[in-house]
Amino acid sequence: MTITEKTADVPAPRSGEEKSGRLLDVKDLHVEFHTRDGVVKAVNGVNYSVDAGETLAVLGESGSGKSVTAQAIMGILDMPPGKIPQGEIIFRGQDMLKMSNEERRKIRGRKIAMIFQDALSSLNPVLSVGYQLGEMFRVHEGLSRKEAKAKAIELMDRVKIPAAKERVSDYPHQFSGGMRQRIMIAMALALEPDLIIADEPTTALDVTVQAQVMDLLADLQREYNMGLILITHDLGVVADVADKIAVMYAGRIVETAPVHELYKRPAHPYTRGLLDSIPRLDQKGQELYAIKGLPPNLLKIPSGCAFNPRCPKAQDICRTEVPPLVPVTERDGAELAGRGSACHFWKETIHG
Amino acid sequence: MAEPTKDAVPADVTPNVSEVETVDAETPEEAVAAIEAPVERGEPILQVRNLVKHFPLTQGIIVKRQVGAVKAVDGISFDLYQGETLGIVGESGCGKSTVAKLLMTLEQATAGEVFYKGQDITKLSGRALKAVRRNIQMVFQDPYTSLNPRMTVGDIIGEPFEIHPEVAPRGDRRRKVQELLDVVGLNPEYINRYPHQFSGGQRQRIGIARGLALNPEIIICDEPVSALDVSVQAQVINLMEKLQDEFNLSYLFIAHDLSIVRHISDRVGVMYLGKMAEIGTDEQIYDHPTHPYTQALLSAVPVPDPEAREGRERIILTGDVPSPANPPSGCRFRTRCWKAQDKCAQEVPLLAIPERFAGEDTPAAHESACHFAEEKDVVHAA
Amino acid sequence: MPDVTKTTPAEAAAETPVVTMKPADGREAGGARSLWSDAWRDLRRRPLFVISALLILLVLLVSAFPGLFTSTDPGSGDLQKHFLGSPNLGHFFQEDWFGYDRQGRSIYARVVYGARNSVMVGVGVTLLVTFFGGLVGMLAGYFGGFWDSLLSRITDVFFGIPFLLGAMVVLNAFTDRNVWVITGALAFLGWTQIARVMRGAVITTKHADYVMAAKALGAGTKRILFRHVLPNAVAPVIVVATIALGTYIVAESTLSYLGLGFGSDAVSWGADISDATQDIRNNPHTLIFPAGMLSITVLAFIMLGDAVREALDPKLR
Repeated sequence: MTITEKTADVPAPRSGEEKSGRLLDVKDLHVEFHTRDGVVKAVNGVNYSVDAGETLAVLGESGSGKSVTAQAIMGILDMPPGKIPQGEIIFRGQDMLKMSNEERRKIRGRKIAMIFQDALSSLNPVLSVGYQLGEMFRVHEGLSRKEAKAKAIELMDRVKIPAAKERVSDYPHQFSGGMRQRIMIAMALALEPDLIIADEPTTALDVTVQAQVMDLLADLQREYNMGLILITHDLGVVADVADKIAVMYAGRIVETAPVHELYKRPAHPYTRGLLDSIPRLDQKGQELYAIKGLPPNLLKIPSGCAFNPRCPKAQDICRTEVPPLVPVTERDGAELAGRGSACHFWKETIHG
Repeated sequence: MAEPTKDAVPADVTPNVSEVETVDAETPEEAVAAIEAPVERGEPILQVRNLVKHFPLTQGIIVKRQVGAVKAVDGISFDLYQGETLGIVGESGCGKSTVAKLLMTLEQATAGEVFYKGQDITKLSGRALKAVRRNIQMVFQDPYTSLNPRMTVGDIIGEPFEIHPEVAPRGDRRRKVQELLDVVGLNPEYINRYPHQFSGGQRQRIGIARGLALNPEIIICDEPVSALDVSVQAQVINLMEKLQDEFNLSYLFIAHDLSIVRHISDRVGVMYLGKMAEIGTDEQIYDHPTHPYTQALLSAVPVPDPEAREGRERIILTGDVPSPANPPSGCRFRTRCWKAQDKCAQEVPLLAIPERFAGEDTPAAHESACHFAEEKDVVHAA
Repeated sequence: MPDVTKTTPAEAAAETPVVTMKPADGREAGGARSLWSDAWRDLRRRPLFVISALLILLVLLVSAFPGLFTSTDPGSGDLQKHFLGSPNLGHFFQEDWFGYDRQGRSIYARVVYGARNSVMVGVGVTLLVTFFGGLVGMLAGYFGGFWDSLLSRITDVFFGIPFLLGAMVVLNAFTDRNVWVITGALAFLGWTQIARVMRGAVITTKHADYVMAAKALGAGTKRILFRHVLPNAVAPVIVVATIALGTYIVAESTLSYLGLGFGSDAVSWGADISDATQDIRNNPHTLIFPAGMLSITVLAFIMLGDAVREALDPKLR
């Protein structure tokens, strides 16, 4: 009944041979919201990319712009008040921001699917789960009701919902939180997309269920060789499944790194502060390091580096000049693949 | 409201908790005097005995008849000592928040007792209950909903003084409120602002200031940081630790985040489906867990360190927590347990030091409600 | 253990809050303030409130002292001289400013004198309905259980009675139908809507964490109801009540039209609107002025309600 396993074989970065290379390239994306109080600058020049079979974790606190970026990629931003003043979102070589609504609709769901945090409110309470799963096939592939239902059962089996055949006609409220999240995953998988965006997929779940769902997601990703963008605030969840990490703060990426590197040697004071401020399960610390101050107000992002009022390393330059995301190197100048930091003092942070 | 449910109240499954020295107060004055009496550090200040809360499930619109009960809390016992922090962990639906409400007398217990300095607070009313309320305060989970949006910060923190006017004379209150703001690290000039003008972490500081206003002895914290951003959680945890030393507080710290509970707690209790599965010092629970549920829970916690992670054993439980309206017979965890035997379905395991460790001087010798208790370190890398 | 935190409280305090307030008005330093005093401070600076309050003040003044605004008797007409005379919009406050009706009476004088009955009915019914409906809804919503069942069923019974038909039946029982009788009859039948709105709002509010927090402090029922539940549940009631005010004035006019409102010699906007409907195509001015006054009055109250509702919500200030 219970599987006990050693997880020594955390999936190594996989190479995407079958579904060829680069899936998504986000270039210099900006998103702002025009509100009564002024312009909320939610995303201020984000760059990231995802390959087939790769997991990119986007890590950030509330207001860091991590979810807004995802919504911009999916094309589900509310516009207005949202606005994308500049940037490109290139999916398989095509800029989605230049596509017509019809073209984007075809990509949505079929090529890029999204999993939300709150499964209960993402499912329609008055339709059976089987019907909602089958809807994809009826609409996109023109299957009959019966065929769609058979497909729905197959999907539920694939996300390991026990007794799928019996439960296909149940309604969302009859499932537990973990099972509902599996249904959401099944729905995202239905049309075998190239890329899945999971926005805090396990935040609402209990720890023991969280592990089940994350494992399932990782397995399915491997099986289909999909790209996965995992959006989360939980440094623990990220450590489990990600290949590479992008840390966001105030609408900007402040650090990128392969997963192991980031935890071992953070190159941005914010990342370092985050890592130091989490209590550890395996040792009792004396006191917690706390990043001082508050997350920034997006209406009034501090000048220079947005983190400067909270940063222990801040100097005058940090208050005037926005630090670009620069490659991070070893002390001797040797290149560190995939690493970048948007800090004027990254050298001191990583090596000092 | 608190009609006893049809099901028999469970027998006390925690035989070895200490005897309670009860105080038999004849008059409300005596009761209040007993409540005001000081408790020495390390002495029990709150003693919970076989506490039960069943929420009746009813059917019918006009004539309501009971068809069952959600057994949210089903016979738990523990002591809270003066000056300590007792952490209670468990997944959603395990009854930990209901325990908080029962201790705050926000819900009526179906059965069982809660002794505060020897007085059973479930049976108090009037002046004596008000005196207890002054001494047991609560910090809520969600800083966005636990502050009245239409009251100023001054009114929110000052409200305890209006309800208990004997604590601070009228002319003194404003100054007191400003002192409290200062204590929790907020600018005293913010007194006339409204909650929405603050961030989550600042709001939680306001909630803590409200909890401190009456100079209580016990603060019950129900998930006080789970709604906050990671970078702010540490600030609030540090503040709570500082206040505990400064005001000599005892905390009952309820949370689902095992790492935070380890950090702040002296002792930890693990709840599953309305019962206490295991209880002990933080070292006993985290480094030497003997209950399979605790082991599974600990092993499932994502650790922000990929390398420590890889060496760790992971126990992935199948299935979900069963419904508290219809819990499994015998041991409640048996439906998800890999050690389950026939005995587990028939006999309710007692929360006691397992026989195999009895008398031994080992950290594994702590109370665990499992027939097959066995030590297993799941936290540290192999 | 001194200095446990690495972030000292002072450091955290030095941070500016998420939304900074305008520092110019010296708000930080002042004495203790409450929701109501803040609301009043805020209201005074709102043009919407100032305009609507001035309009309402004017209407109330006209209702109280119609003699100040015209010396013409609204009941006396000269059919030969004034039959349906058209308005002279340049003649401010003169007898023929708004023209004459088909009985040769000055419409301006009738609008002035009609204000009292119309406004008294509208405001009176609204106040009564808000008080009693609000009370019933609050008690039913807050106490729940038996009281909710009882009060809600009573509300449903009244809700089932058609408003106008019911008012007709009730008013038929009275021979002397003065302002009080009409106000009472309309309020008797009209409180259910507010009761329902209030009940719903109270039920939502009473489960809020801050209500639980107040209970945990040992707060009594009165404090919880009036400090915590009511201020947070009152917004939808204000909206419904101010919109309903207009319908009560219109209901009075309908009743007058049917001969069940004020007697034929009484002056009210409703009665005049009813009269005018017979001939709007040829003589629109007989309708436009009383109807316009009604609309402006109703609009003023709705704007006032809106302004008050926003002022009572700190988030919208």
